[in-house]
Amino acid sequence: MSYSDADAHHGDHDHHGPAPGLMRWVTTTNHKDIGTLYLWFSLIMFFIGGGMALIIRAELWAPGIQIVDPMFFNSMTTMHAIVMIFGVVMPAFVGLANWMIPMMLGAPDMALPRLNNWSFWIMPFAFTIMLSTLFMDSGGPAGGWTMYPPLVLQMGDSFAYVIFAIHFMGISSVMGSINIVATIFNMRAPGMTLMQMPMFVWTWLITAFLLIATIPVFAGAVTMLLTDRFFETSFFSAAGGGDPVMYQHIFWFFGHPEVYILILPAFGIISHIIPTFSRKQLFGYDSMVYATASIAFLSFIVWAHHMFTTGMPLAAELFFMFSTMMISVPTGVKVFNWVSTMWRGSMTFETPMLFAIGFVIMFTIGGLSGLMLAITPADIQYHDTYFVVAHFHYVLVPGAIYSLMAACYFWIPKWTGNMYDEKLGRMHFWISTIFVNVLFFPMHFVGLAGMPRRIPDYSLQFADWNAIATIGAFGFGFSQLMFVYIIFKCIKGGEKATGEVWEGARGLEWTVDSPAPYHTFEDSPTITPETITR
Amino acid sequence: MSDHQADQPHPRATNKSHAAVAGKMLALAVGMFGFGYAMVPIYDIICEVTGLNGKTGRVSIAEAEAAKLDENREIVVQFTSTINASGSWKFEPTVREMRVKPGQTYQTSYYAENLTNATTVGQATPSVSPSEAAKYFNKTECFCFTQQLFEPLASKDMPLVFIIDPDLPLTVDRVTLSYTFFNSPGATPAADQSASLSPSLTGFTQEISQ
Repeated sequence: MSYSDADAHHGDHDHHGPAPGLMRWVTTTNHKDIGTLYLWFSLIMFFIGGGMALIIRAELWAPGIQIVDPMFFNSMTTMHAIVMIFGVVMPAFVGLANWMIPMMLGAPDMALPRLNNWSFWIMPFAFTIMLSTLFMDSGGPAGGWTMYPPLVLQMGDSFAYVIFAIHFMGISSVMGSINIVATIFNMRAPGMTLMQMPMFVWTWLITAFLLIATIPVFAGAVTMLLTDRFFETSFFSAAGGGDPVMYQHIFWFFGHPEVYILILPAFGIISHIIPTFSRKQLFGYDSMVYATASIAFLSFIVWAHHMFTTGMPLAAELFFMFSTMMISVPTGVKVFNWVSTMWRGSMTFETPMLFAIGFVIMFTIGGLSGLMLAITPADIQYHDTYFVVAHFHYVLVPGAIYSLMAACYFWIPKWTGNMYDEKLGRMHFWISTIFVNVLFFPMHFVGLAGMPRRIPDYSLQFADWNAIATIGAFGFGFSQLMFVYIIFKCIKGGEKATGEVWEGARGLEWTVDSPAPYHTFEDSPTITPETITR
Repeated sequence: MSDHQADQPHPRATNKSHAAVAGKMLALAVGMFGFGYAMVPIYDIICEVTGLNGKTGRVSIAEAEAAKLDENREIVVQFTSTINASGSWKFEPTVREMRVKPGQTYQTSYYAENLTNATTVGQATPSVSPSEAAKYFNKTECFCFTQQLFEPLASKDMPLVFIIDPDLPLTVDRVTLSYTFFNSPGATPAADQSASLSPSLTGFTQEISQ
């Protein structure tokens, strides 16, 4: 792995192909291979988690208990969340980081390639362990993904499996993050300063720090649950002098930075796509960097806004309300910078740009409902209703997931060497966007009217909007099969992509051929004003 | 590639500095795992200062006698009880409501009965609301300080001696003291607990599905 080895083979690196056969994928230390593995894994998990969402929506099609047992319904809501957060959004961003960060920095690979292999291969085992609990007599975890005690301690045999699966996922994320930090600090092309790094790299650097700082806290919290259940400790059991509310503090100390882990890399992706298709440089690069860092800092001091109904002193309620509202300032800076980037740009609307604009608009809807939830007295009304469900699905589905779709369409020509089918891509965008709003917008209405979340039955007055949301869910879910079809079609063939792929695209990743050779930048590139994105 | 590259083919950092960065990041991760555990004592201290979790205070008899009586205020103290799902008890306050003056010591009791045919140890945990009153609600003697042993089907009145601190904020005129009674977790075999738990859970799901 040392550079002197690479030096010895200098000049004939074009012959270094991947190893043949299946073992290529098991033993690979190539950042592109591992990125591909992460992306496929996350796509598979997207359909597993999506299937769970469709079971939930099918049950909620009409009031009453029709299709599934309530316990199974609860395990579907719990598993849907864990799969989508830890199995889809996070691995997909790590996959993109693996593929793109070395290429964007002009580095030959990640800093710690073997660790990288390990980070990925833990994930399938973690999810096999977790999903296997669905086949146990006691059923899967059903106490909600937040795993509040004492309810979670009453879970059946699946409890220990889920905790260990979460430990594995956490180890994988922390190792991946350490690798990303080391790559960014040590592997930049000579001459590239931190403030010349592409935005995706910046947002991932900050995300990696968030992961390293919060995932271990979560690991600690679930370990306390484990010892409470099996080793007679009483961290969260009032009978032994503990306090169940303390779990919520520890959990959300992790949980709130976690939601920014799920969105900051998305901000980075959008900050690449909008300038490319506006044919302008990103407006306000410096402010984008500082806004990202501010959001990350603020995310550590807002956690109790998830807990306004647990009872806390007035001063704490005010502090958490105002600090939460303050997050909308740097987030607003970002949204205005994207809009300013588009302003008077020579805009074209290829599929990645459509998804990016969809992201900006619909993420903002989710952000505004988040501001409503930040208001303490209002939150007491909204807490645990479908309004909250609408809020976080707006920031995660047309937010994080749209950014991932945009990223795939944006970079797939670089990955495969072929252009995707533009007509189908645009169709995919429009169908998804119509259905995603049919799916989530009515949830605002039923939520404000008082429909609680995580319950398989509901009052009759919520029936119409729920039926509409279910139509949206099935429409959105099945339209994602188009995405799979487009990807396969693009891998098989299509119009050949140039190295630049998109007219005037800036950044080192566009200076290599399409598809990107198995090894890129074995010799450091020269940084020129044309190759940096700012 | 430029000539500059040929002169300096490997200007990037070496593997050694990868280890340095990775080591620092790993130390941060390990430190944050420890911080998760450190939040437990930190939380207790914050609760003690703010009364956040409604935990009541404890004072000695001498301190209670030294307190200044405030004749002009009358506080309503209400008593409630809850039985945790894990036990089979009868547990309730002997008096539901008292009108008390801050600075004076009062005595009341809770009645508890073991409804099982086994010797059982129970423990009560107090909680006061509103939470800002918690640190002004002090006890000199309480059954909640210790574990309570019950013979099969035995019952007893368990005493509680309390005093309200005269510094109680003027906005509070009504305090609720709630006790939750548990099977003491250390004293009951874990197997029994899980056995008693699962039927109740199954019953719960059946109830919903009907």
